[in-house]
Amino acid sequence: MHIKEEKVERHVLAVLVDNEAGILARIAGMFTARGYNIESLTVADISADHAISRITIATNGPPHVIEQIIAQLDRLVPVHSVRDLTEAGPHVQRELALVKVSGKGENRIEAMRLADVYRARVVDATTESFVFEITGAPDKIQTFVGLMREVGLVEVGRTGVVAIGRGPDVA
Amino acid sequence: MIMELKVAEKSGAEILVQTLLDLGVDTVFGYPGGAVLPIYDALYDHPKIKHILVRHEQAATHAAEGYARSTGKPGVVLVTSGPGATNAVTGITDALMDSIPMVVITGQVATNLIGSDAFQEADTVGITRHCTKHNYLVKQPSDLAGVLTEAFHIATQGRPGPVVVDIPKNVQVAEAEFRSHNGKINPRYQPQIDGDFKAINEAAEMIMQAKAPILYTGGGIINSGPNASETLCQLAELTGAPVTSTLMGLGAFPASSEQWLGMLGMHGTFEANMAMNRADLVVCLGARFDDRITGRIDAFSPNSKKIHVDIDRSSVNKTIRVDLPVIGDVGRVMEQLLAVLKGRKFNAPDYEEWWARIKGWRATNCLAYPESKTEIMPQEAIRKLWEATHERSPIITTEVGQHQMWAAQHFDFEKPNKWLTSGGLGTMGYGLPAAIGAQLGDPDALVIDIAGEASIQMNIQELGTASQYRLPVKIFILNNEYMGMVRQWQELTYESRYSNSYSDSLPDFIKLAESYGWTGILIEDPSDLETGIKKMIETDGPVLVDCRVAKLANCFPMIPSGAAHTDMLLTPEDVKGTMDDNAKALV
Ligand SMILES: Cc1ncc(C[n+]2csc(CCOP(=O)(O)OP(=O)(O)O)c2C)c(N)n1
Ligand SMILES: [Mg+2]
Repeated sequence: MHIKEEKVERHVLAVLVDNEAGILARIAGMFTARGYNIESLTVADISADHAISRITIATNGPPHVIEQIIAQLDRLVPVHSVRDLTEAGPHVQRELALVKVSGKGENRIEAMRLADVYRARVVDATTESFVFEITGAPDKIQTFVGLMREVGLVEVGRTGVVAIGRGPDVA
Repeated sequence: MIMELKVAEKSGAEILVQTLLDLGVDTVFGYPGGAVLPIYDALYDHPKIKHILVRHEQAATHAAEGYARSTGKPGVVLVTSGPGATNAVTGITDALMDSIPMVVITGQVATNLIGSDAFQEADTVGITRHCTKHNYLVKQPSDLAGVLTEAFHIATQGRPGPVVVDIPKNVQVAEAEFRSHNGKINPRYQPQIDGDFKAINEAAEMIMQAKAPILYTGGGIINSGPNASETLCQLAELTGAPVTSTLMGLGAFPASSEQWLGMLGMHGTFEANMAMNRADLVVCLGARFDDRITGRIDAFSPNSKKIHVDIDRSSVNKTIRVDLPVIGDVGRVMEQLLAVLKGRKFNAPDYEEWWARIKGWRATNCLAYPESKTEIMPQEAIRKLWEATHERSPIITTEVGQHQMWAAQHFDFEKPNKWLTSGGLGTMGYGLPAAIGAQLGDPDALVIDIAGEASIQMNIQELGTASQYRLPVKIFILNNEYMGMVRQWQELTYESRYSNSYSDSLPDFIKLAESYGWTGILIEDPSDLETGIKKMIETDGPVLVDCRVAKLANCFPMIPSGAAHTDMLLTPEDVKGTMDDNAKALV
């Protein structure tokens, strides 16, 4: 007997929640309890009175699983709304990464050159290292980090994706 | 001079008890311990709240479930921190799976000790996060009244479920101003009650087009209240469609009706499963296409259009794709549907051909069982129990196993809230405490736990609770000396290799009952069955019957896990060969 795997899609969800103790555990725990995937999850409080947080979740799964994920999120008491940005149409996705490369000589020059092409900013420099800050869509970050691996990457931190729909409408 | 309206301060424990009173709570199932002593002390002054002292916290939760299922009111539980809370977890999970309204109050170590591995500390909110509809850790006594009011609202509204409120001991002792909330609800949880008008019209349209419709009903109808059962009867009458139900929904539709097909699913009737398979329209009313119901997904009701009425949006398209979801309270949606159908002058069309086919399936008489003069057949025992008691409209609880399925098949229910069984979680040890809770909710009812000799031992200590509160609960054990359901699966799947399914070293149930002040009755011979049952009913106070039944009887019909409805096993002769690994991997 073998266990079959299904084809998956990537979706980005915007979830508005009450900013209360345990909410992250509730959301993340729901994903593990039901066997759903989290690619990235970001959260920050977004309302003037600090009552509401926005959680951006990048997830993947077959379409029927994505549908269940949304319904299961929606059912949690502190969740106000769930929006599938991937489904809703055009939207902007951004992520920030801090990338540290170390080394001397040719690699160092190449790293600098690539950073320039990818519009990464130098936020720290020593004679044998750089820290670059780069923002952009996740695949751009992915490519940049991949390139840096070849020229001395020693450390990387990524924020995970935040996203928002294009145009005047509100999620 | 400005007059200041001073609101009196009360301790957290006092606020808790006062709020329970405001919310109309009159019964609490509980067990004391260090972390809830302040609450127990407050209860001492409030005789209006009846505290039922169980013998194990798991039983408190099942008793609360039994109380809730039979009365429709939320069950309330009070337990201490650590082991008190962890013992309650099984019953909380049971209530989540079966959508039972329940509020569980747990004591917790003082807020300054949380996280320090203090004595009897457990991360109750963490442990119960996935087995509750919602849970809280209350850190200020001033939050208590609001949290409790919201907890009751969440437990009872929408799809009901358990809510845990964890209260540190210092919060029970500290004081805060107390203003009664008087059951005022918090708007952040507002489930949709009315069905969408367009969807209702579409549903009516689909019903009017159908040639072979079936109403597939579930526990949602019971949860929606007795009115929903009445509305279901009207809908059945207006449409003339056959009705089947899940295990959880039994009693919502009268078993004596001509339109009743019996339960469907793994141990459902041949006619119910065949009708589901051949229907051209399935109207799912407050059920959730559970795997015990569907069998093999791709073979489930392959030619039908499907309407799914559910208050929980996450139930829709979870396992079975449906053509039309209607989100709302099933009782309310049925009323809306009735109104539209009546408005369009719809009236029970002639489903002659459909009913003729159903009659053909009925003729297999799938619930027939072999007769015996020497042994008591368990099915026969249930039939006789029904014959002797049905006029009193008894409340039946069960444990889990073959006896549970035989009870579902052979005990006919006419009304809702009379059948209390652990369906979703399948918890052995449910029946006795649930019977205790049901009896407290309805002191005059005849309450019988139909049990197995293995299951009953899982909460046997509750014999003492029934004695203490003079509850005339009856336990009817179908004693086959086996974990019969496990043995049956081993017979069918593992070539009768009966690994650890024999009930060895059983107690003398009669003596055991007597030692708790119960009456014990032994029934061994088929000729004593009727008199034994009669004696059980006529004996005042709690009675335990040890009914020795055929040891190797199997529960049929049966759809093996992962098989299609049309691949039903009707008799032992239908069982051929051994299962492959794919079938073995299914539960
Ligand atoms: C708490 C728990 N443990 C294990 C099981 C698995 N299980 C299901 S039925 C059953 C046997 C029940 O035996 P008994 O109570 O004698 O009932 P019978 O099937 O013989 O009627 C077992 C062990 C369960 N449902 N619940
Ligand atoms: Mg048994």
